[in-house]
Amino acid sequence: MKKKVALALASTMMVSAAVSGCGNSGRAVAPETKAPENQAETTAASAATEAASKDALHLTFYYPVNVGGDAAKLMEKICADFNKENPDIVVEPVYTGNYDDTVTKIQTAMQGGTPPDVFVSLATQRFTMASTGMAMPLDDLIAADGDEGKAYIDDFLDGFMEDSYVDGKIYSIPFQRSTEILYYNKDAFKEVGLDPEKAPESWDELVEYGQKLTNDNRYGVGIALNSGSAQWTFTGFCLQNSANGENLATEDGKTALFNTPENVEALQFWLDLQNKYKIMAPGIVQWTDLPTQFLAGEVAMIYHTTGNLANISKNADFEFGTAFLPGNKRMAAPTGGGNFYISNGISEDRVQAAWKFIKFATSTECAAQWALDTGYVATRESCFETDLLKKYYEDLPQAKTAYEQIAVSKPELTTYNAAEMWRILNDNIQAAVVGDATAEEALANAQEEADAVLEEYQ
Amino acid sequence: MRTMKTYTKEQRARRQNVTAWLLVAPALTFMLVFTVYPIFRSIYLSLTNYKLGMQAPEFAGLANYTKLMGSKLFWKVMGNTLYFALITIVPSMIGGLFLAVLVNRKSRATGFIRTSFFYPAVMPMIAIASIWMFIYMAKNGLFDQMLISLGFEPMNVLSNKKTVLPAMAVMYVWKEAGYLMVFFLSGIQGISEDVMEAARIDGANAWTVFRKITLPLLAPTFLFVSTIALTNSFKLVDHVVIMTEGAPSNASTLLLYYIYQQGFTNFNYGLSSALTTIMLVLLMIVALPRFLSQDKKIHYN
Repeated sequence: MKKKVALALASTMMVSAAVSGCGNSGRAVAPETKAPENQAETTAASAATEAASKDALHLTFYYPVNVGGDAAKLMEKICADFNKENPDIVVEPVYTGNYDDTVTKIQTAMQGGTPPDVFVSLATQRFTMASTGMAMPLDDLIAADGDEGKAYIDDFLDGFMEDSYVDGKIYSIPFQRSTEILYYNKDAFKEVGLDPEKAPESWDELVEYGQKLTNDNRYGVGIALNSGSAQWTFTGFCLQNSANGENLATEDGKTALFNTPENVEALQFWLDLQNKYKIMAPGIVQWTDLPTQFLAGEVAMIYHTTGNLANISKNADFEFGTAFLPGNKRMAAPTGGGNFYISNGISEDRVQAAWKFIKFATSTECAAQWALDTGYVATRESCFETDLLKKYYEDLPQAKTAYEQIAVSKPELTTYNAAEMWRILNDNIQAAVVGDATAEEALANAQEEADAVLEEYQ
Repeated sequence: MRTMKTYTKEQRARRQNVTAWLLVAPALTFMLVFTVYPIFRSIYLSLTNYKLGMQAPEFAGLANYTKLMGSKLFWKVMGNTLYFALITIVPSMIGGLFLAVLVNRKSRATGFIRTSFFYPAVMPMIAIASIWMFIYMAKNGLFDQMLISLGFEPMNVLSNKKTVLPAMAVMYVWKEAGYLMVFFLSGIQGISEDVMEAARIDGANAWTVFRKITLPLLAPTFLFVSTIALTNSFKLVDHVVIMTEGAPSNASTLLLYYIYQQGFTNFNYGLSSALTTIMLVLLMIVALPRFLSQDKKIHYN
């Protein structure tokens, strides 16, 4: 759901970008006509740039937009800034729709023999990208940069860098990344006599608080259970309930661990929130409806992305807080989002240019600005030293929760054929939620289906 | 004069043939490139194993089909598709006929009323689905609010496996009835006034006229409209994408959405092509009666 809204927003943005583009060229005409004596000079200069860009190496860069805001415009600006700094390289950004559309377009372009040189795709796609030879390992490039390369990689937050690896090799660089946090209504907390500065820290407390907060017009807890969202939140719950840190799949992405007793417990806990404690709305609440319900005061605590912070802080007519997701056996939260990849099989000079571009787009300043403008979490430790983010956290202290929580965050469910695995998990979670299956049956069924999909990778 | 004749009969026929071929050439080219070729390509791909990242499809025989036949989900999807067709086609045809009879009467408001009824048919399904999502929104939506104000529990229809397809069907009928109305209207207006008048003079009342004259004479229209309605219910997928993505637990996954999902989310092009081929065969079966029964049994004026 969030994808489609983002897509709609993005297309609106594109239209407005096109309109403002026209406006710019209209304005540019005016000074030229006023000062004809400069014209010869201007023409010569522009001819020179043109000549330069003809000799320059042209790179194609595919990127999806998956959030609201001006992401497409900002991405073009990053490319323009890079091109200005590197006259011998021209990066041509191509907006390719949502994450799924982008993969389809890369695949099509590859078969046509004109793959994009560099692209942004889900971090969870990396196993598929590696196994199908669509993306190349970046270790040699990092090694060639020596100490600087090592420092660059070390600077990324561990919670994000963790899902860049395939069989020990780095295949992608974190770029647009998010995590899930707990938003809670402080006014509602005060109303029922809870300390508004203390959010629930454990599942038990979540139930206890939820029961106090639930009344005829309000539910205590809100979790989106629609396809595409449920598996993300569920990753968090499974990890919180995991004694040894094992999650829904093995780290090599070849085996699903859906029906472990711990995961069955996690799903049972969800069902209990709805049916036993009755502190969560029955049925399936949509990802996009959840913030609306929170803002309307109909649910007191919600699990949602950091990307919604701007929306909530702008529209809440009550005091709200953000907190770590409540833990059980451990504190944990899922991360998600897109990374940079370089296409496999492009020429060496293109690889070098693409690598240069990735380093530029993920530089401390760029990453900090990108986080600020889009609502994604900044990906590098050094970003948080910048005045830009320091000031942001001063103005909106609730934003800092996400950064602090990254230390205990882990990547969302990542396997070969990740999209299909997500679907399998979501469908079966929903089957349990609507009462077609018990938690145990649902996850056993999911396991069976997942095993069939992953069979070819064993 | 006879000596002036420069072309034999055969030559003239050939010339006419060439002209005819030239005239249909543009349409034919597009049909070959965008309809015939993709059909055969899909059939070919359905016999292969072809997934994301593979350079070329590998021949796999009927593997995709046997996989589908053994898949519970596939049969669920087929069941959903037929169920959705059933609960949309009949109501939207009755609705369309009712509207057509309604707007067939001459009055000053006729133009306005016709436009109003046809309006939903012009709107893109994406827009309609987005609007109806607000109507069906859990608790805060128009529908649930109405239930609450009448003293019932809110239903959250889109998240309940029993109500999700009927809820979508209501929206679909609202859109489709106006579209089918146009065909019925032209059918009704094609019926000769004389027959009606004769019946009236013989003392038939409006209901009898409708039942004994309008309905039988509309038979060709019925066949046409039912074909259109049936294929449309198979062909539309936008509402599933926008409103539920097949949720809950695939209760609203229709065949076309399943094809899309296999092809462009799971990137399993072989399986997706097999599903496409199945859909193609289904649509051909649906279109067959109309094709065969043309000029037979159906009462034309």
